[in-house]
Amino acid sequence: MYVAVKGGERAIDAAHEWLAEERRGDTTVPELTVPQIREQMALAVNRVMAEGSLYDPDLAALAIKQARGDLIEAIFLIRAYRTTLPRLGHSAPVDTTGMRCDRRISATFKDVPGGQVLGPTFDYTHRLLDFALEAEGEAPRAREAEPRREPTPRVTEFLNKDGLIQDEPRSDGTPPDMTREPMEYPAGRPLRLQALTRGDEGFVLGMAYSTQRGYGRNHPFVGELRIGAVEVEMEVPELGFSVCIGELTLTECETVNQFAGSKTEPAQFTRGYGLVFGQTERKAISMALVDRALRWEELGEENIGAPAQDEEFVLAHSDNIQGTGFLEHIKLPHYVDFQSELELVRKMRAEALGTAKFKEAAE
Amino acid sequence: MTEQAYNFAYLDEQTKRMIRRALLKALAVPGYQVPFASREMPMPYGWGTGGVQVTAACLTPEDRLKVIDQGADDTTNAVSIRKFFERTAEVETTEHTAEATVIQTRHRIPEQPLGEGQILVYQVPIPEPLRFLEPRETETRKMHALEEYGLMHVKLYEDIAHNGAISTAYAYPVKVEGRYVMDPSPIPKFDNPRLESAAIQLFGAGREQRIYALPPHTRVVSLDFEDHPFEASKADHDCDLCGCGTSYLDEVITDDAGGRMFVCSDTDFCASRQADGHRGALSPQEELA
Repeated sequence: MYVAVKGGERAIDAAHEWLAEERRGDTTVPELTVPQIREQMALAVNRVMAEGSLYDPDLAALAIKQARGDLIEAIFLIRAYRTTLPRLGHSAPVDTTGMRCDRRISATFKDVPGGQVLGPTFDYTHRLLDFALEAEGEAPRAREAEPRREPTPRVTEFLNKDGLIQDEPRSDGTPPDMTREPMEYPAGRPLRLQALTRGDEGFVLGMAYSTQRGYGRNHPFVGELRIGAVEVEMEVPELGFSVCIGELTLTECETVNQFAGSKTEPAQFTRGYGLVFGQTERKAISMALVDRALRWEELGEENIGAPAQDEEFVLAHSDNIQGTGFLEHIKLPHYVDFQSELELVRKMRAEALGTAKFKEAAE
Repeated sequence: MTEQAYNFAYLDEQTKRMIRRALLKALAVPGYQVPFASREMPMPYGWGTGGVQVTAACLTPEDRLKVIDQGADDTTNAVSIRKFFERTAEVETTEHTAEATVIQTRHRIPEQPLGEGQILVYQVPIPEPLRFLEPRETETRKMHALEEYGLMHVKLYEDIAHNGAISTAYAYPVKVEGRYVMDPSPIPKFDNPRLESAAIQLFGAGREQRIYALPPHTRVVSLDFEDHPFEASKADHDCDLCGCGTSYLDEVITDDAGGRMFVCSDTDFCASRQADGHRGALSPQEELA
């Protein structure tokens, strides 16, 4: 005998208990601490901060622990927390020229003032599993050098001095805020950059990769990639000047792309820009390529209909919290709408089969 | 963190004010999709974040809230949303349609007609009725502005040409007060006639950042053709538990040999009828005796 399903509340509570138990895993293995995640899973923490749009390594590490290592779930936890925080004010734009670079490379010049600094990169590691990490050994220590004290000049500025690269229009206008206003299209570059920097790393990578394979190719060179700490300054009205309120680590990528030019304007290189929280260089490079692809109209290029040139397509689908929510919601009950389709298909089949029989009888 | 750390009904007052402004605009222009700065909620997009924000902006401490999903009060997501407001707003909740002042719903309109003073809040996945004909927001907004709905009629006509019938069974498009074509959210088309109601009906789409509304007694017409009139269809059965012949039914598979039964999707409606002594073909035997 059928009994209507009851007890949804008890089922939910039991599911949450089981989830908590699974999160902890085998209790004979020591529990992970939040500082351990923050220090030893730093790149995961960086991704959660970047896509969660909240620079707080401790909270990001906590979210990763709570989410059992599911980074999109962790990003979601951070976003839901972030949205409840009051806005106390705005910082001044950060000055990345003054960045204390851990890493700074240029692919366009063999050497540049400020030097090529590899920093802590996977780039030239051989991807061989290091079984020594299975054992707990001594903490490795890297050799040290004198840090650079003065600001590191920008590669694109060298090009700009000679007018070889397109100059960015300057503005002191207040940029729109995608977390406080509904998105409207055309969005414009400030909103595009906001959406890309919090966009899903995989999506932005895929879009960028598609431009390299010909879907809106823009011939990018990494003019400069720099990673390091910058100071955040905020104007305090009571004081009348800005003070440093802290620092954060950023990854900045400036690409130098193929030139635009016309009969009236001589040829010039163009730019793509990526700026992301933390050490997140795959994301920053991807962002720069997609930013550049989306600038086709402003730079007088042809729209060949490539996905990465389509602002609405890119921005409306770059957010993994929106994407995963809508995708996964199809596992929620849909029996009412399914029932309505079931009735309709049955009715249409009955009518079609009835017509067929009628035809047979007539023949 | 304790519940007290959050404002009444979770959202801060500034956000509620922003949503209320959007709601007032939506009520002033029935069927028009008003953009609003939807917030990230502590539940996933697709789980009803738009409806939850609208409900949060409407609730007062005196309200009595009912939450249904697929017509039922006891589906997991309805339970979860009800619990959310019990925790963050401490409002009274009810399963009885008539007792509720605010009803949040997903995919159904309650069977019992709503009255003045009641608010029905719909969770909306895709607010744009033209979206599957034209994916671009920039284009569809223009089409609404110019009242250019030919594409929708062509689609419905092509359905008839291909299948002999309009093949939309839920989220069936309607025209509001002779002006805007509106998506009624994925309710079965059976529910469409009840979109003309004495209650205030509010539609919230969180991920898509849109709010729209039907003020009480707004004219709502399901799109159709003279020779293919709109038909609010349902399963051709009576409820096997309460015997009702006019309610919308869920089909339940009872064994692996083709056995099935039909029961009201509106659990409060069905339970109330059973409490009044109505019985269906498969009601438990001992109760029949």
